[in-house]
Amino acid sequence: MDTAVELDPSEKLRAYAHPERLVTTAWLAEHLDDPNLVVAESDEDVLLYETGHIPGAVKIDWHLDLNDPVQRDYVDAEGFARLMSSKGVSRDTTIVFYGDNFNWWAAYALWVTTLFGHQDARLLDGGRQKWVEEGRPLTTDVPARPSAGYPVVQRDDTRIRAFREQVLDHVGSGGRLVDVRSPGEYSGELLAMPDYPQEGALRGGHIPGAANVPWKRAANEDGTFKPAEALRTIYEGELGLTHDDDIVAYCRIGERSSHTWFVLSQLLGFPRVRNYDGSWVEWGNSVRVPIERSSEPGPDPRLKAVG
Amino acid sequence: MSLPGRLQEIVDEFAGLPPELRLEALLDYSRRVPPLPPRLAGHRDAMEQVPECQTPFFLATEVGDDDTVTIHFDAPPEAPTTRGFAGILSEGLNGAAAAEVLAVPNGFYTELGLDRVVSPLRLRGISAILARLKRQVGVQLEVRSAATRSPG
Repeated sequence: MDTAVELDPSEKLRAYAHPERLVTTAWLAEHLDDPNLVVAESDEDVLLYETGHIPGAVKIDWHLDLNDPVQRDYVDAEGFARLMSSKGVSRDTTIVFYGDNFNWWAAYALWVTTLFGHQDARLLDGGRQKWVEEGRPLTTDVPARPSAGYPVVQRDDTRIRAFREQVLDHVGSGGRLVDVRSPGEYSGELLAMPDYPQEGALRGGHIPGAANVPWKRAANEDGTFKPAEALRTIYEGELGLTHDDDIVAYCRIGERSSHTWFVLSQLLGFPRVRNYDGSWVEWGNSVRVPIERSSEPGPDPRLKAVG
Repeated sequence: MSLPGRLQEIVDEFAGLPPELRLEALLDYSRRVPPLPPRLAGHRDAMEQVPECQTPFFLATEVGDDDTVTIHFDAPPEAPTTRGFAGILSEGLNGAAAAEVLAVPNGFYTELGLDRVVSPLRLRGISAILARLKRQVGVQLEVRSAATRSPG
């Protein structure tokens, strides 16, 4: 692969299917001055970047920058090109995303840039938490990067994104579904994560047939991803996913499932993984879609689909 | 809408700023949350948690003999948005009369004009803090009036 910015050669990363999609904090600290690299912080807390960020990093806000302000969708091709240009990113720039909360929103931002076919987007293993815990430098200086001419490229929603109707078909044909929410949300006891506002969905439970593998099982406590072997044990061993499977991951609004999408498609190399970003806030509010309200995946959806 | 004087000033200050500076103002308020008094520091069980805030957030309210309200907040530094809300309420409501605090509409935050820079779910956190704070004040007033009615 021809990348202007060299790859992180660390041994842990080399065991993953796509080691070029991840960098370590040590590597990033050495490469902050690479001219073709832009570091981007994407957080849940919109003020965190302002309190201090990795030197040279720009801010990309999931809510204000990546989402369309009116329709529930992502920005369009022109909007994305404007955003990238304004952050000093051109089509061949290496973007390294990092953020708070185990890189939820960083993984989400990386997933959105992948919808637009941006070639070289990487995640910082361990995210903001690891960088801060290692005592690495932070600054409040906002970089003034010269605007870059990012081309207008249409979003491709067919490969790594799933819509409600497609998920309904997926359920009917017995496709593999991974619900990455907490067990309480999965069973229907909670409508949102523990300690979050219990709002957003009118019905609780999960999509019939979905297996529950909370996103956090893929992470270490320091925010890094578990090593390849441990991830394979969970998703191939326990869950029995194979490379022939068509897999859809979902959560509540698509950010935690971006984390799992990254693990399955980029770290483990499953070829067909889609993120259902409508997720439970869409499904749990939809009229007449099937819901399983228990802590079990539910009966084989192919049986239910008959009649 | 009737707001205690200082809170009204803060609302006017935010509303008068261009949107891109409102986030900076919120950051400024996140730095103005007074430290907890020793009797509360490290005693989260003596405070009430606000689960709507997405991050560990605690509050304690006291109504003094002169009917003025004192509010204490405990929010981690890694949650600056929530701390910013706490800073606004702390500065805007500390020392106000209990009746004035109870009269603040729960939706007052819409006047801050933060909806363009903070996601709606997160913004509702400030409303949840205020609702719990008002409930605490209300309970204390009730307890006090019950005590006056039944001496001994």
